[in-house]
Order: sequence, then structure tokens, then C-alpha cells
Amino acid sequence: MPLFSHEIPLPRGLFARDVATKEEKIEIEGEVVEALPSTMFRVQLDNGHAVLARISGKMRKHYIRILPGDRVKVELSPYDLTRGRITFRMK
Amino acid sequence: MIIRKSPREIEKMAATGALVAETIAHVGGLLRPGVTTDELDAAAGAFIREHGGIPTSEGYKGYPKAICISPNDVVVHGIPDAFVVSEGDLVTIDVGVTLDGYIADSAYTFGVGEIEPEAQRLLDVAQEALAAGIAEAVVDNRVGDVSHAVQTVVEAAGFSVIRSLVGHGVGRYYHEDPHIPNFGEPGRGPRLSEGMTIAIEPMITAGGSDVLVMDDGWTIRTTDGSMSAHFEHTVAITPDGPRILTPRVGVPGGVEV
Repeated sequence: MPLFSHEIPLPRGLFARDVATKEEKIEIEGEVVEALPSTMFRVQLDNGHAVLARISGKMRKHYIRILPGDRVKVELSPYDLTRGRITFRMK
Repeated sequence: MIIRKSPREIEKMAATGALVAETIAHVGGLLRPGVTTDELDAAAGAFIREHGGIPTSEGYKGYPKAICISPNDVVVHGIPDAFVVSEGDLVTIDVGVTLDGYIADSAYTFGVGEIEPEAQRLLDVAQEALAAGIAEAVVDNRVGDVSHAVQTVVEAAGFSVIRSLVGHGVGRYYHEDPHIPNFGEPGRGPRLSEGMTIAIEPMITAGGSDVLVMDDGWTIRTTDGSMSAHFEHTVAITPDGPRILTPRVGVPGGVEV
């Protein structure tokens, strides 16, 4: 069947894998162990794994600082469990 | 983003396409004055399932039936119901099948019994336009080359191209990028490359190009009530040229495809 010229075909997003990550990303909490250059951090997750995490763009935008010792939420991709993205700093 | 398929995936789509073509032939064989579009739809759904496929349209964005059957002034997305087919009708059968995870899409407009010479001309021109579009579906051409080819054939014959409905990429999803309009300038639009699988579907009318969506939210008719024709093939772009994945079986080949 055809579609209207104003309708947008699937899948959306710059990269098709975004469709996968929406459903597959994992969020784990952990404690920041050390601060590395380029706003990267080593985070010890509650599940025992240590990951290399970067700070999320939203946190950069709002100038939210992260220091070793902070508890944070880290978003992990199922495609690489050693890298993460810090999306939230707990109180 | 345009999804390109590997040779293995294209073979899977070819298998789906063969089933689509056979379904169209099956429905065409049942088409005669007195049959209702509902009966045709039920036959199509059963045929597709018997062969291990799933009718892609069923449940797609809420579509209630297995295929689209569009008589006369209905351009596309005609919902099969108690409509009785009559001699002289132009009935478009549009079938989409999902087989083994891959989708193919094809359509054919049948003339029922004896039809007006102008109606026959409409069918011939629409098929010629599809053939012209497919001929442009080669590596390094652009979508606009395909669109322009279709438009040129149709307008030279004095018919109109419908502008608000477009062809599309197809494969893992029913509708993928890019849009493939049936009108446009050559050399414009995304570049075609190996592995792309697109559904080229000229939709033309004997009158104007304006269409209207009916209250059922699906059926699309011409505003001036003129007859319309619609032919579609799923085409893979290969280094050796366009490969039709839904080649006609058992139906009058007509003019070209």
C-alpha cells in the first residue's frame, strides 16, 4: 500500500539502532570512583562491574557537577557493557 | 535512513515477492461480475496463510482487512466489503505479504470483462509508466529520475499523476525511506545504490490529481470521480540493473509489466 507524502516511514531516527536501544538500554546505579580527563568517570556499579562512563549531554547543559563519591544512575547499552552514560546524580 | 539489504536478504524478499505475485494472480482468477470484494479478500488472506505468509496490511495502523481492493474511482486503500464487482469495472488489487520477516508489496489493476477503450488505455499507460520508472531504478540514479520517468509517460498520454500518494522503500518494514513520488525533476532526491529495495507504484487518474479520504479513514477516492489505475512492483537495485522481486505470474502481462 502507498503512503501519503506527508507521512513519515519507519524506522525513524538517524540510526536504525536507536529503535533497538529504546527498548534494550539498561539503567544501573553506582558510585563514582574516579574522575578522568574529558569528563569521563570510572563508576563502580551496584552489580559489581566497573565501567567507563561519560556525562550525559543534558547534565552538561545544566552544568551539573559530578565528583568522586557521588552516587549516580548509569545507562548501559546491551552492545557494550563496559561503557555507560551517566544520566542522573542522586541526592 | 535508507536500509540496504544483503544479497541473502534480497533472496528472502524475492521469495516473499513470488508469493505476492501468486496471490495477485489467485485473486485475479476469482475476479468476475457478481463476486464481492469481501470474498476476494478472504480468498487472498487464506491463500497467503496457506503458503506460510502473513498479510502485512492486516492490522497495519489499524487496517481491518488482509489486502486492499480499490474499484474504479477508489484509488487505493479500498477496504473489502459487500461491494459487488460488475462488468466494466477497473479493480485494483494491492497485496503486501510478510514472509520469514521480509515484506514485499505489489499491485495490479484488473479490467473486469469488457471495459471502455479509454479505461484500457489508462491501464496500458499506467503499466508503461511503471516500466519506465523501473528502467530508471539503476545504481547512481536518483529517486527523481524514477519519478520523472513515471510523470512523463502519464502526462504525455493526457492522464494525471496523483501527487499526494507516494511509493516507498520496503523490506523489513512495510514503509521505509525513501519516498518515491510519481512526479518530480530528474537528478533530484536520494541517490539509488546497490541493495536498496523500493516499491514503485504509479497511481494515475483519467481526470484530475486531487483525492479525498473517506469517513472510514482509509478509502481514497478521486475528487472528480474519475477512474484510477495503480500498478506496483517491489524492485531491488542491483549492479546489473533493476530486479523485479514481484514478477507477474498468470496475469495478462499487458503492455510491459
